[in-house]
Amino acid sequence: MATTGTVYDALVAIVGKDFVSDRKEERYFYARDGGLMPPHEPDFVVLPRTREHVQEIVKLANREKVPVVPQGAGLALTGLVIPQRGGIVLDMKRMDSILEVNEKARYVIVEAGVTHGALKNHLQKHHPQLRHSIPDSPPTATIAANAVIHGQGRLSQQHGFNSDMVSGLEVVLPTGELCRIGSCSVSPYWFSKGPPLPDLSGLFLGWFGTTGIITRLGLKLYPCKKMRDVMLALTDRAELVPEIMLRLSHTELVEDVVAAAQPLPLRFRDTFWIMAYITGDTQEELEFKRKAVWDALWDLFESRDVGFLSLPPAMKGPLLSMPSKDTTRFADVSKGGGFQYAGPIAPIEKFPLFVSKLEEVATRHKLFYSSTSRLIGAGHCMMFSFSFSFNRANPDEMARAKTALDECSKFALEEGGVLWKADIDEQKLLMDKMDPNTLALMKKIRKLLDPNGIMNPGNWEIG
Amino acid sequence: MPLAKLQFDTTKCAACEAVSCLVGCQYMDFRDTDEAKKEWQKVIDNQDSTVLRSCTTCYACEEYCPFGNHPFYLIVERQEEKGILPAPRPIITMWINQCQPVGKFIVGKVEERALSYCFLPHLYALVKGKLFDGIAWSGIFGQEFFCNAVYLHYARASIIKDRLPMVVENIKNQGIKELVCLHDECYGTFTSLASAYGIDVPFRPVHYYEYLCDRLRELKDVIKPLNIRAAYQRNCSARLCPQTDHYVDDIFGLLGVERIKRRYDQENALCCAEVFRMAKGPAFADDVQRRNLEDMVEYGAEYCVFNCPACWDALADKASDRGIEPIHMIDLCKLAIGEEQGLRLSESGAEV
Repeated sequence: MATTGTVYDALVAIVGKDFVSDRKEERYFYARDGGLMPPHEPDFVVLPRTREHVQEIVKLANREKVPVVPQGAGLALTGLVIPQRGGIVLDMKRMDSILEVNEKARYVIVEAGVTHGALKNHLQKHHPQLRHSIPDSPPTATIAANAVIHGQGRLSQQHGFNSDMVSGLEVVLPTGELCRIGSCSVSPYWFSKGPPLPDLSGLFLGWFGTTGIITRLGLKLYPCKKMRDVMLALTDRAELVPEIMLRLSHTELVEDVVAAAQPLPLRFRDTFWIMAYITGDTQEELEFKRKAVWDALWDLFESRDVGFLSLPPAMKGPLLSMPSKDTTRFADVSKGGGFQYAGPIAPIEKFPLFVSKLEEVATRHKLFYSSTSRLIGAGHCMMFSFSFSFNRANPDEMARAKTALDECSKFALEEGGVLWKADIDEQKLLMDKMDPNTLALMKKIRKLLDPNGIMNPGNWEIG
Repeated sequence: MPLAKLQFDTTKCAACEAVSCLVGCQYMDFRDTDEAKKEWQKVIDNQDSTVLRSCTTCYACEEYCPFGNHPFYLIVERQEEKGILPAPRPIITMWINQCQPVGKFIVGKVEERALSYCFLPHLYALVKGKLFDGIAWSGIFGQEFFCNAVYLHYARASIIKDRLPMVVENIKNQGIKELVCLHDECYGTFTSLASAYGIDVPFRPVHYYEYLCDRLRELKDVIKPLNIRAAYQRNCSARLCPQTDHYVDDIFGLLGVERIKRRYDQENALCCAEVFRMAKGPAFADDVQRRNLEDMVEYGAEYCVFNCPACWDALADKASDRGIEPIHMIDLCKLAIGEEQGLRLSESGAEV
């Protein structure tokens, strides 16, 4: 492992001494995330400001055979930016410029360190008629990292994964070349990440930084209506939840559909909460959509299996906030700030089975649980979270949470789900189950792009 | 311990010619007294009746009955016995779970005279300033002190009968002799529901309107008459304690507020209708709210004065949209003595 003064000095020469560290406190901090994966320290932490910095660092890493791990806000919870083999953690936060908003083609070009919170504020202030799909992670989550892990957000019911909304990439390849992906490779406009060209974005999205480092990203923007509202449907029959979600999607008037299941606070117990988000430029438009949502579930309402809860402002406010603060509240339910979830992407018909498994596993391991499921695409799949909170000062509880998560992941995989932002153990599960030819293709791609194997080693590592 | 039993006197109904409980109902169409009598007899005889399925649970028949014979409580009992769900099952389950006592409550520096904040956080925003000098911290809040009357909306008299004796005991155990109920559903429970079920209440419930009247008289020198015209939004539980309605006029009189005479006030009041929305759907609820608000506009209301925080949640924005200033009764009093409002629309605004 290169820990020599040569590498440190070379990094200082590239970004300046204020933006390189090999000090214990920084290495401690960058060794871990908020989840349950064991920590591992980097040798250096570097904060580049420009794409040229990134290129120089990658070239240096190739010369010195030093691992490089690009990092956004480090919020994935599954240890994806824990430097498993040490080396350089490339913290992208300083690359935080919003470079262009094209109002007419409805996209934005951002540097890799721009956060969802910053973009939200920017759009509200300067382009209030436009919005992007905000995930329910803290607002410090970066747009690029969220796309790389195939995140989802408030517009996923209509437009798919947040990565589907990428409209172009600029990437530093593992060998140091700067490469543009999508329409921006032949045009000044960043309106498409692929079509009508070969879609090369798939070489980088979902690879967790093992195939290159995104330095700039184009992201599709969508109309921002003047008003938003949320309607809350409740049922006590898990088997009805997929049907409810499908019917809501069928209206083609709902922007986001989320189902929640958890035993606490008490008002959640024994019922499933399905939130349907609607928007409108006028009260009339909102009212039309409210009626469509009611109509979609009317027979289930009449049979008394589904009800709509009238939401007082005190409840409505938190449900409408973007991102939702409920996730971070849940993260501290057990006190001690530990929280992690297995979030398989799966057909929505699996909801009842997954909920039942979650309850069973949580009871057996004496853990507090919750689940939030988001509809992706027009019912094509959902992200179902098996979430557990734990006290970081309680090693026994942490061990039980990890075991519970592993059980849930395996179960979801057996049931046809595909694990989302899989940790290195889950990546192995996925690769064990994967079609061998697909696996071989992935291996060829990695070898071709990263001949020295320096990019986030340990992840998507095919034997 | 066996559950309390409703004290209902069938002979009073047998002698009743008017059947006011049903004929007076705003939401069921019983203009024909004979038909009403027939249906009501079915309810008494524990047979299936359209009443049990049509009831909106507005509580008003409790006020309409001239004999104090608790027709509404009987309807709720019968609905539960027959498994008739006035609202979807998951909504009922949510309410039952949400308000169950689990040992999480707030007790202030309680004295013999105390405030009941019920289980309504809104009330903390309201209870401030001179009106509550010397008593604001003598308060109780939480499921352990929650009156449980809400289950009248959900055909769950059994929950009330199960939990109310514990609630009364919890209050008694605080050494409270006089309980000022900031939510009149609590007052209605302790003065009407409890006695209907033979549950002894070993403290004196005080309606917060009575409390406000007394305080306003003490503060009369600082009152600046408001000189406004206000519609009063009666709430469902006001039907359990109609004897308190005169306090509205008393308070308005002290503040220089004209209670506009309109179609839907007093006995003819319309509910805030959010319970209707959950039970019967949006068309019915929207119609009730529209008629109510249009009535306020038609009769020239400048303000809409709320008693119940849940009515506030249901109607405040909608009143404001029609140019009527929504205000809670406590805030109205504060306005007249130069203090700031506690409940404001902006506070309840959601991110857009």
